[in-house]
Amino acid sequence: MGFSLFNYWVVILLMMAGFYTVIASGNLVKKIVGLNIFQTSVFIMYISIGKVFGGSVPILAANTDLYSNPLPHVLILTAIVVGVATTSLALSLAIRIREAYGTVEENDILEISRREDDEE
Amino acid sequence: MLCMTALVVVYVRHLFSVVMLFGIYSLLSALIFVVLDAADVAFTEAAVGAGVSTVFMLATLVSTGRQEKAPAHSPLLPLAVVTVTGAALIWGTLDMPHFGDPGNPVHVHVADRYIQESPDEIGIPNMVTSVLASYRGYDTMGEVIVIFTALVGVLSLLGVRERRENPVHRTGERHSRPYPVLQVMALLLIPFILVFALYVQFHGDFGPGGGFQAGVIFAAAIILYTLTFGLDDATALLPVKLICMLAAAGVLLYGGTGVVSMLLGGNYLDYDVLAHDPVHGQHYGILVIELGVGITVSTVMIAIFLALVSRAERPR
Amino acid sequence: MTIGHLPALQVVIPLLAAPVCFLLGRWPRLAWLLASAVAWTTLVIAIGLWLQVREGGTISYAFGGWAPPWGIEYAVDRLNVLVLLIVSGIAAVIFSGSWESVRQEIPESRQALLFTNLLLCLAGLLGITITGDAFNLFVLLEISSLSTYALISLGRDRRALTASFQYLIMGTIGATFILIGVGILYMLTGTLNMADLAHRLGGLQGSRAMHTAYGFLVIGIGLKLAMFPLHLWLPNAYAYAPSVVSAFIAATATKVAVYVMVRYLYTVFGPEFAFSAMYVQWLFIPVGIIAVLFTSIVALFQHDIKRMLAYSSVAQIGYMLVGIGLVNVTGLTGALLHVFNHALMKGALFLALAAICFRIGNPRIENIRGIARQMPWTMAAFVGGGLSLIGVPLTAGFISKWYLILAAVERGWWPVVAVVVIASLIAVIYVWRVVEAAYLHPRPEDAETVAEAPPALLAVTWALVLANVWFGVNPGLVTSLASGAAEALFGGYLP
Repeated sequence: MGFSLFNYWVVILLMMAGFYTVIASGNLVKKIVGLNIFQTSVFIMYISIGKVFGGSVPILAANTDLYSNPLPHVLILTAIVVGVATTSLALSLAIRIREAYGTVEENDILEISRREDDEE
Repeated sequence: MLCMTALVVVYVRHLFSVVMLFGIYSLLSALIFVVLDAADVAFTEAAVGAGVSTVFMLATLVSTGRQEKAPAHSPLLPLAVVTVTGAALIWGTLDMPHFGDPGNPVHVHVADRYIQESPDEIGIPNMVTSVLASYRGYDTMGEVIVIFTALVGVLSLLGVRERRENPVHRTGERHSRPYPVLQVMALLLIPFILVFALYVQFHGDFGPGGGFQAGVIFAAAIILYTLTFGLDDATALLPVKLICMLAAAGVLLYGGTGVVSMLLGGNYLDYDVLAHDPVHGQHYGILVIELGVGITVSTVMIAIFLALVSRAERPR
Repeated sequence: MTIGHLPALQVVIPLLAAPVCFLLGRWPRLAWLLASAVAWTTLVIAIGLWLQVREGGTISYAFGGWAPPWGIEYAVDRLNVLVLLIVSGIAAVIFSGSWESVRQEIPESRQALLFTNLLLCLAGLLGITITGDAFNLFVLLEISSLSTYALISLGRDRRALTASFQYLIMGTIGATFILIGVGILYMLTGTLNMADLAHRLGGLQGSRAMHTAYGFLVIGIGLKLAMFPLHLWLPNAYAYAPSVVSAFIAATATKVAVYVMVRYLYTVFGPEFAFSAMYVQWLFIPVGIIAVLFTSIVALFQHDIKRMLAYSSVAQIGYMLVGIGLVNVTGLTGALLHVFNHALMKGALFLALAAICFRIGNPRIENIRGIARQMPWTMAAFVGGGLSLIGVPLTAGFISKWYLILAAVERGWWPVVAVVVIASLIAVIYVWRVVEAAYLHPRPEDAETVAEAPPALLAVTWALVLANVWFGVNPGLVTSLASGAAEALFGGYLP
């Protein structure tokens, strides 16, 4: 059974690499890249779910009647769009933060905010 | 390969390399999608992940700087969180249905109908398009709205400036053509890209493709034009106001199709009622909504790119 | 004919009004009028749905005419009609009163965008509530989340940007966890329709993969509903967002997330699995209790009143978790009532703050000394909302806390009763700090004299305060709806 689940384990490793980048990195842009890797790996998981051994691309063809499952493909098409939407919003926030604080490093921003809070 | 790329991203601090690695990661996963029979998804991932997202990130790096600082706090806590999450997932996989087995519950329940019936019910060979545009058409409308929401969000954050305020600067730029070779190459390429986008738009019923992919490719052509000719020429060609109006029009076209089918006595987004027989109705419905998707996606991508770039060009 | 389409119209109208509102970019006042009119329309539709549900039970609407589970289904029952009513009601009231405040806080070029975002957020929240499809829920969740991030970032302080970014990262992690959970469920059952999922999961009780999916969904939704200790994004987000935005999201967003949690626990996984096999009550009760006590105490030390109310919101979510964790009909009824009532009280309080912000800018305790003499109506409204927050009899807040206490007594869990009482006493203290500053201190000599808030803003604030009193005096309507929903959700299951 080892091999039959191997695919999922690789995907999990990828997910966790992305997830780690999101929560451990101090740079806002790198966090966004991490988020994208995290999401892309989830996409691979979904598409793996839909695969049928010996199946073909789900477009009607004369020489086969075994197709892979089209539904996960549809879901992931939607999820990719959602991903790029989130990314673009996050990137514009990063630009604005850079303009407002002069940095996109989380620690520096925290430092500045703390000083501001103290002043008030 | 994929694992290596992902792990290198964790270590590298030079953000330009990180973004390029992400592009590679995205292309590699597109290859995996091809192997797993997901042609449409591969197409989209290559266009969006390796294309548009990467360009957006690069455009951002221009404003935010390229080097990441060394992290100040210890990586132990995040590492622990990640390990626990990963372990939970692996524990969960142990009794999952096995990869690729045609007898899995996934393949025998809902999906079966899509595969068996959709060529008759919808009348087009690409099952992905059938499910996307008709069976789960409402999700796709949601997806168009998500993209539109991103546009509204980016505009409320950054705004897009119509033209450069400083006329002297503008005339100066008009005369300087800094990259003649690139510009000629781009002019040669762009018509082909546009024709390809149209092909993808209208061929989505038969092969991989559809409004979303076509929209991204169309946007890529305009982005290429902006990169080589500068922001001012691009906004002269396509005024921002027009782009925004088209984005909203695409959403309304999609949503309006639903309203029309409601007025004709069907449920929301029921294309059966659009023509005298259901298969024709489905055909018209899918054509129109794919057009809506294509318009909104391409215009929103262009507008977001212009917004990101216009910030980078603004003198500080 | 229209009656049959109400479930679709509930979401589609605000969804399609958003691009129209966007096109009105040059005429922000028209955009505001459109947004308010649409919000009132959604309230009328929600009332229509409620009447239908009361007579005929669950309504199902199949998008595209494809029967579930092949197509996407909207399913309305007593549980989500309650949430639909409160979300659309709050939206109608807040949108109508928002104009003056928005015009003052937001640059003119962004005003129409703000209303577009508000409409998208409203549509997303209503959609999450009404949908019967697990993946459609994810899509609508992203619509509401993306618009919320944009709304928060419109705040005047630059810290609004970082607050929004932090929320974006945490929210997207949450959404991705939900996506993983839904993916595993789909892998196990082959379906995405919630009712169908529930049916098919019934046969998979011992599956490890199902346990994993459950874990990911609870954590993912927990991030969205600011379940302690995943609440870190919330105080900044509420504190730095534009005033009317704070009022709207504080009153609606987390409530919808609580609804999603209840929907997954009871409808999809079923109380049998959630409570007998997974013991979720042993997660919710301690987490809820710590949230209630800890964040109430943190609220005591805040100088920014918006931030204080934000911490109090995390505490109120703690009450709802405790209500769910008590695992009996009375407890769940209490939690649902608190969803409804908390929306009313936080809506009233944040609107009163919006009125104060309108006149003095920064609502810090030191800045509002003696303001009650200059803005008597606003401060009286704040006191009204505050009394409901504390849970004084004859206000809405009392009813839900009463149910929670009854439920705890039913289980014989006296410490829970003690926690509810102690936390209410803490609430007395932090509300009193504001009241003391506003009423008992003289206005400082150097402070400028301010006038009462604009009438429209004041009117909607008072509408919500009066709603707090009305639902406190006549709780029957809502309690019967909530307890009916709770009974249906338990469906004869006994712990």
